[in-house]
Amino acid sequence: MQISTLILLLAAVLIAVFWLGRDKAIRCAGGIGSVRKLHSLPGYYGYYTAIWCGIPGLILIGLWFMAGDVLILQQITSQLPEHLRQLPGPELSLVVNDIKNMAAGQFINPARIGELSDAAEQYTNLQDASRWILAWSMLAVVCLGFGWAWSRLSPGFRARNRVERVMKTGLILASTLAVFTSVGILFSVVIEAFRFFQKVPVADFLFGLNWSPQTAIRPDQVGSSGSFGAIPLLFGTLLISGIAMLVAVPLGLMIAIYLSEYASRKVRSWVKPLVEVLAGIPTVVYGYFAALTVAPLLRNFGESLGWSVASESALGAGLVMGVMIIPFVSSLSDDVIHAVPQSLRDGSYGLGATRSETVKRVVLPAALPGIVSAVLLAVSRAIGETMIVVMAAGLAANLTINPLEAVTTVTVQIVTLLVGDQEFDSTKTLAAFALGLVLFVVTLILNVIALRVVRRYREQYE
Amino acid sequence: MSNEAAIMEAPELQSEPRRIEDATAVQEPAAKRDEPMMMDEEQEGKGHTVGDITAADPVISVRNCNVHYDDTCALKNINLDIGRGEVIALIGPSGCGKSTFLRCLNRMNDTIDSARITGTFNLYGEDIYAAETDVVLLRARVGMVFQKPNPFPKSIYENVAYGPRIHGLATSRAEMDDIVYGSLERAGLLDELKSRMDDRGTSLSGGQQQRLCIARTIAVNPEVILMDEPCSSLDPIATAKIEDLIDELSRNYAIAIITHSMHQAARVSRRTAYFHLGRLIEVDATDKIFTNPGHRLTEDYVTGRFG
Amino acid sequence: MPEEKITAGGKSSGTYNLMSFDESRRRVKAGLRKRHRKERQFRLMGIGSVLLGISFLVFLFTTIIGNGYSAFWQTWIQLDITFEESVIDPDGNRAPEALSSANYSRLIRGSLLEIFPEVTGRRDRRALNALVSNGAVFEIRDLVMADPDLVGSTRSLWLLADDEVDMLIKGQVDRSLEQGSRRLKDTQIEWIDQLQADGRVEKRFNTLFFSSGDSREPELAGIWGAVKGSFFMLLVTLLLSFPLGVAAAVYLEELAPKSRWVDLIEININNLAAVPSIIYGLLGLAIFINFFGLPRSVPLVGGLVLTLMTLPVIIIAGRASLKSVPPSVREAALGVGASQMQVVTHHVLPLAMPGMLTGAIIGMARALGESAPLLMIGMVAFIVEAPGSPLDPSTALPIQVYLWADSPERAFVERTSAAIMVLLLFLLLMNVTAVWLRSKFERRW
Repeated sequence: MQISTLILLLAAVLIAVFWLGRDKAIRCAGGIGSVRKLHSLPGYYGYYTAIWCGIPGLILIGLWFMAGDVLILQQITSQLPEHLRQLPGPELSLVVNDIKNMAAGQFINPARIGELSDAAEQYTNLQDASRWILAWSMLAVVCLGFGWAWSRLSPGFRARNRVERVMKTGLILASTLAVFTSVGILFSVVIEAFRFFQKVPVADFLFGLNWSPQTAIRPDQVGSSGSFGAIPLLFGTLLISGIAMLVAVPLGLMIAIYLSEYASRKVRSWVKPLVEVLAGIPTVVYGYFAALTVAPLLRNFGESLGWSVASESALGAGLVMGVMIIPFVSSLSDDVIHAVPQSLRDGSYGLGATRSETVKRVVLPAALPGIVSAVLLAVSRAIGETMIVVMAAGLAANLTINPLEAVTTVTVQIVTLLVGDQEFDSTKTLAAFALGLVLFVVTLILNVIALRVVRRYREQYE
Repeated sequence: MSNEAAIMEAPELQSEPRRIEDATAVQEPAAKRDEPMMMDEEQEGKGHTVGDITAADPVISVRNCNVHYDDTCALKNINLDIGRGEVIALIGPSGCGKSTFLRCLNRMNDTIDSARITGTFNLYGEDIYAAETDVVLLRARVGMVFQKPNPFPKSIYENVAYGPRIHGLATSRAEMDDIVYGSLERAGLLDELKSRMDDRGTSLSGGQQQRLCIARTIAVNPEVILMDEPCSSLDPIATAKIEDLIDELSRNYAIAIITHSMHQAARVSRRTAYFHLGRLIEVDATDKIFTNPGHRLTEDYVTGRFG
Repeated sequence: MPEEKITAGGKSSGTYNLMSFDESRRRVKAGLRKRHRKERQFRLMGIGSVLLGISFLVFLFTTIIGNGYSAFWQTWIQLDITFEESVIDPDGNRAPEALSSANYSRLIRGSLLEIFPEVTGRRDRRALNALVSNGAVFEIRDLVMADPDLVGSTRSLWLLADDEVDMLIKGQVDRSLEQGSRRLKDTQIEWIDQLQADGRVEKRFNTLFFSSGDSREPELAGIWGAVKGSFFMLLVTLLLSFPLGVAAAVYLEELAPKSRWVDLIEININNLAAVPSIIYGLLGLAIFINFFGLPRSVPLVGGLVLTLMTLPVIIIAGRASLKSVPPSVREAALGVGASQMQVVTHHVLPLAMPGMLTGAIIGMARALGESAPLLMIGMVAFIVEAPGSPLDPSTALPIQVYLWADSPERAFVERTSAAIMVLLLFLLLMNVTAVWLRSKFERRW
């Protein structure tokens, strides 16, 4: 019995049960002509029965998915030969993987074929059995649910209220998912980071000037200790984000000003979507553009001036990131500039101010909080941006403020530390989560401040 | 129609949907413009303005003013003088073109593409619409106070200092202080606000805000002040203060004020002009307009039969 | 002009010096030229910024299209292949095993040598064989498998050329460079020129690019696997995030009482919308892969991560869309005795649906272009087979771009750009659909 057939069967049962419940309600009322005697519309009685069958069934499937395989694997490992059971955690999980692969007939580890073939066979059998157990218990649960619902159906039964209560619970659960996501992020990042800080002191991480996460494979290797000082990464991130801001803030702001204060409606209707196209381009495209077009251009340009520009210079990545953020700044600023009441502009024009004077002395000061929050959001965007820097910035953690040199960033290091196969418990992997924690906290603070500022600003003019 | 009204009212800038909502004087819908204007003409002969359009010592004189938006005629053949030291009230039902007329005088509806303004507008004999006239200078000379008080979100001092600052009227801090305090004094605000100069202009009461806006206008030292229903959003006490202020100011400035309140017109103005559907029906001394109007439409309006 | 000095108005006796009209006019006039110049400068700055922004866009697009359009054509070489029985099927029984494992590259080698009999020596011969793609072998094999009667005959076949040959034909190899600094040797270039002169070289529309999975050989690499991976991922994302997002939006906008808990949810949603995407990748790695033990590199996990990422977007769009349904609709329905839930499901939701769909499409477009979180959950693996289900390992379109951008072969540059063009085309289609939906169903209340 396959799981997908089981789910399809359940769906079919639910439809049938819906009609049964609906039918019983109509019959109880005394035929289709007298459904008015029912408390709720007949359909609700059908839904009610279906809910009583479906939800227990789905819970059962969910439980099976979460626990079934784990239980089987426990059973299997407990029956493995003694020397295999004594293996440390990571290696044991490799053995378990071998068993799974053998059972699935995908890949057979030649070294272990003798020891594991029994286990693999047992695994297959147990899986099969567990599916049958699931199928029968589901039948039982569905019948019980149906019996219960069936017994309660009567013309006076408030089916609609029950159904709506279930629906509402569903809606509430969906809306709490956001909270669970946040908790999940915190949970995953904080716990791993905590484990990292057990190996590397927090102060070393936050204030260390040296970042070289390569831990040695052999104990006598050079640089075997691996050092996890995050300062060069934070500095590199700031350098690249700073360059990006230098591009994005003036350009984005001027575009917003021009479009909202100067451009005619026709120009605006053309230019605004065009600028926003920049925001819709995937970051990987910008990364490619930075690495393959901008970086060589900068290098050649630098050479013509006699400067040496690294091919993965902070400048290249920063410039392209700035271009990416332009529409972000411009559309947020556009919103806040639009929120400045027209009467203020009128007042200024009426006194004889030119447009630029009005913009600089009235509109911008009035919109300042909103613009500040737009810039903060843009900074948080730049700090968290990954693909551009992964593709166009360097890997070496240089502590420099020279934009022509290569620097690395927090996100680049997270990616390099986590891409590729590695064991989950190594300091390197954990370091990535510690960096993730830093990134999360910094962007969270920026976002919270920005959202607060912008909310207060909106209240001022609404 | 709201679009058209917006075009009519949106000052300075190209019309934008947002501006439609924000524009200060949208309450004057242009709908009535579509009604046949010929009716009055047939009834009232040539449609000439009744009364005396001239002033003894004209600051602004307007002749043959016509304003069209695309095909609609917003103002038709307006002739009016505004004299020195006088307050002239512009009254009339909504959409009659008073606001358009007022905004023509300092070119606030300049850059509206669809607007065609013809006729001669003279400020002390200089053509307001001449190519060489600088609109910046013009607006420094012809100031404007809006319907809704619109102080800048700056300190009270900076609000008043704004105009002089952009125009470079003060060469020193002392001069600026003179201008700011002098303007506030003339707006009758100095005693109230002397100790609060650093408070934000938006923190004042509505009436104080509007007087602050008047002080802000005076600070640029204009020759004419245009007021577009300056009291419409204020309570009676604040209104009374503004009316006193207008009375005081009329000694030095020519003032044109739009009002919907007949009583206000009677209290503050020396002359009154009655607009109706884009025409200037009657201009005369205020007491004559209110006691013995020369035109049936004026009579209907001042006696409250419509409007 | 009034020349006289104005005395302070009102009752005041003139505590403050006031300027004459003339003096103030003079001062205004003195500053006019400078002010107008500044005004012009400011305006030019604005126009300049807009033009700069647009020129970035144009630059980006021309670079990518300029680099990528050539990838839609591929060079093929015509060779006369003799299907020698002694090579393909020495036993002569046409057993499928024998046919599928025969040494077809010998056939290619033989036919190349027929054209260039003067080539001797191992190195030169190897260089000659390198003109034809490694994939040509499978081409011939498939032909023979499909029609075993070919054995023994001679056919003129078009075979896929090697990527370096392709680059040369497309004019992207600088012939004037020294031999050491390019991949093709001078002799190879001569052979290609001769083949071309014989009319044995042709550029054809590159169907392989759309139908094959990834490969180490640029000429064999295609985007089909990545497209399918992206498709499965978006499918998972859409199926999860749309119902959940709509449900959450409905609850928060229509049913939720004002409470601290609801405030907390709202703050959470707003913040989640601004959390860097890579953090979601860490979440996926720690929770889905490490905690729940789901496999790496599969679209299912990618879809789950992208669901969490797009959910805030969909909820926010959904709430905005619900907000735009006027309260009169709700009041009318409540007034005829509908329950709150019926009001929502029968009246409000249908009216808000186009807006919600638009939001969902925009969210999907963002998800399609996202790559950083997918790197974290192992979707960067080199996978040749196109996935058959959301549980098969695969890559995604943007990840394919990332992988190819890292590859040193010159031919991957044009493929990367072409893959980007395909990606952008999908994004364009989605956005156009969103705009179309919005304009078609937009209501003015």
